Amino acid sequence: MSEPLISLHNIVKSYRRGQQTVPVLSGVTFDIAAGEFLALMGPSGSGKSTLLNLIAGIDRPDSGQLIVAGEDIGRLPEAALADWRARHVGFIFQFYNLLPVLSALENVELPLLLKDMPRRERRERAELALSMVGLSDRLDHAPSELSGGQQQRVAIARALITDPTLIVADEPTGDLDRESANDVLRLMQRLNDEIGKTIIMVTHDSRAAGHAHAIMHLEKGELSGREEVGK
Amino acid sequence: MLLSLIFRNAFRHKLRTLLTVVGLTVAVLAFGLLSTVVEAWYAGAEGASNARLVVRNAISLVFPLPLTYRQKIRQIEGVRGITTANWFGGIYKEPKNFFPQFAVEASSYLDLYPEYLLSEAERKDFQRDRKGAIVGEKLAATYGFKVGDTVTLKGTIYPGQWEFVIRGIYNGRDAKTDVSQMLFHWDYLNETMKIRIPRRANQIGVYVVEVADPSRVAEISRIIDNEFKNSNAETLSETEKAFQLGFVSMTEAIVVAIRLVSYLVIFIILAVMANTMAMTVRERTAEYATLKALGFGPRFVLLLIYGESLAIAALGGALGIALTFPVAVAFGNAMGTLFKVFAVSGATVALQAACALAVGFISALVPAYRAARVNIVAGLRSIG
Repeated sequence: MSEPLISLHNIVKSYRRGQQTVPVLSGVTFDIAAGEFLALMGPSGSGKSTLLNLIAGIDRPDSGQLIVAGEDIGRLPEAALADWRARHVGFIFQFYNLLPVLSALENVELPLLLKDMPRRERRERAELALSMVGLSDRLDHAPSELSGGQQQRVAIARALITDPTLIVADEPTGDLDRESANDVLRLMQRLNDEIGKTIIMVTHDSRAAGHAHAIMHLEKGELSGREEVGK
Repeated sequence: MLLSLIFRNAFRHKLRTLLTVVGLTVAVLAFGLLSTVVEAWYAGAEGASNARLVVRNAISLVFPLPLTYRQKIRQIEGVRGITTANWFGGIYKEPKNFFPQFAVEASSYLDLYPEYLLSEAERKDFQRDRKGAIVGEKLAATYGFKVGDTVTLKGTIYPGQWEFVIRGIYNGRDAKTDVSQMLFHWDYLNETMKIRIPRRANQIGVYVVEVADPSRVAEISRIIDNEFKNSNAETLSETEKAFQLGFVSMTEAIVVAIRLVSYLVIFIILAVMANTMAMTVRERTAEYATLKALGFGPRFVLLLIYGESLAIAALGGALGIALTFPVAVAFGNAMGTLFKVFAVSGATVALQAACALAVGFISALVPAYRAARVNIVAGLRSIG
């Protein structure tokens, strides 16, 4: 059996709220294989977003081992972790998080500034990524000139542009109407099916979760079960 | 793309940026103008010669010196030339029309002041006419004096109405030369005083002494003062520069106050700009967190914020500096002959630029530090 892409072992995470320590994850252990499309579900406060943040390397566990793409990211220094994120993780946020002063093309091009790449090549790649999400005719549009669904598709193109090892999506359809949500989910499914991208998605929406291969349920900071989605 | 991002961010809130730039422009302009006023204050001393000594009554400038001192001073070894000047203090039409007037020894005065440039013909006309006067080009321009005009002054120190005929208009050899004075014959003053108040005749305000070797001014000033020690009118000799600075020191408190105000203006705009940058960064916390999530380091975030702050400061500073020149000209004209020289110096422009950039840099310090250290998870949750 091949090595899992993501391996969590006894992950513990808590937050301080004033004088109090609030436990969020209590000894979570599981693996995710490369090429999986996994949905994380659970009630508010169950720790699903925290788990996603830990896997994406934007937060650190209190204890436990977290190996992603062969790297124990819980032990990486800050600068190395930033570099690791740039190489391995594509982000899709609930509210798109595009820079409002940049055009769709420039937003997609942005992560490539971290690569040693000529401007023309950056442009070509960004145009290609936008064409993959069906926005070739919206290259010069500012985010404010795009609908929510279109903005999320720009965000997906931005997540794809560096060809990351995995894509993390935190409530990617939470701010969209049903039709736009379906478009975005179908697009994510295509990325998984056609390019083989590993995707981890946090969602409250069981219909959204239905687009994944498997659903991981969390409750009070612990895994309560894994459910394979029948196709 | 980075520069483009900085500039687009800088003008994201057009009204806020516009108001900040206007504030900076006004502050830099005010700073430049006030600095120019301070420089103008010292302009007389700046233009003064180190090779000329001013010999005055040791008790006070108010008390005159006897005419008989002239020969004694002239005979001192190392003295190349000597001339005299009496402060006249006349009023031209109204007291507000202030300009310096000196009764001078016409035959020698211009020899000791080569920086006053006068045509040979005008010089001869002046020296020939006992009621003749010469005026600096700035003074002539201010009151519209022309060669041949008769100018009447009302005496304050020397009572009565005094009529003069303008015989020449002198220019300055350089920008530091005082071209706002009126010079006329001491002989005219003295002869009139002999008739009106005889006891005040044959009196000299100050002797101006030209020293052959400028390195000996201290020694010669001591020799002059020793010469008249224990006389009825002891002398105090000092370089022209020290003499002028003596006047400036009388108003030192005003100069200090002006300097303080000029820096206070910069401090106020620093507070305004710091507030602008703090608001800007607070609103964009989620964007900086996003950039960090994408893999950009704290240095990139610092660069964005400093770039934006410095761009706004540079724009406001450049506009302020550009406006200083025409405003200084208008201000100098409005002040008439109050300031001998009123020009924006290179040092003032450099200080303005330095202040603007310092405002840009300091105002971004705390917001940039905070943004660079923003926790990604907390930052992504923040709402601008």
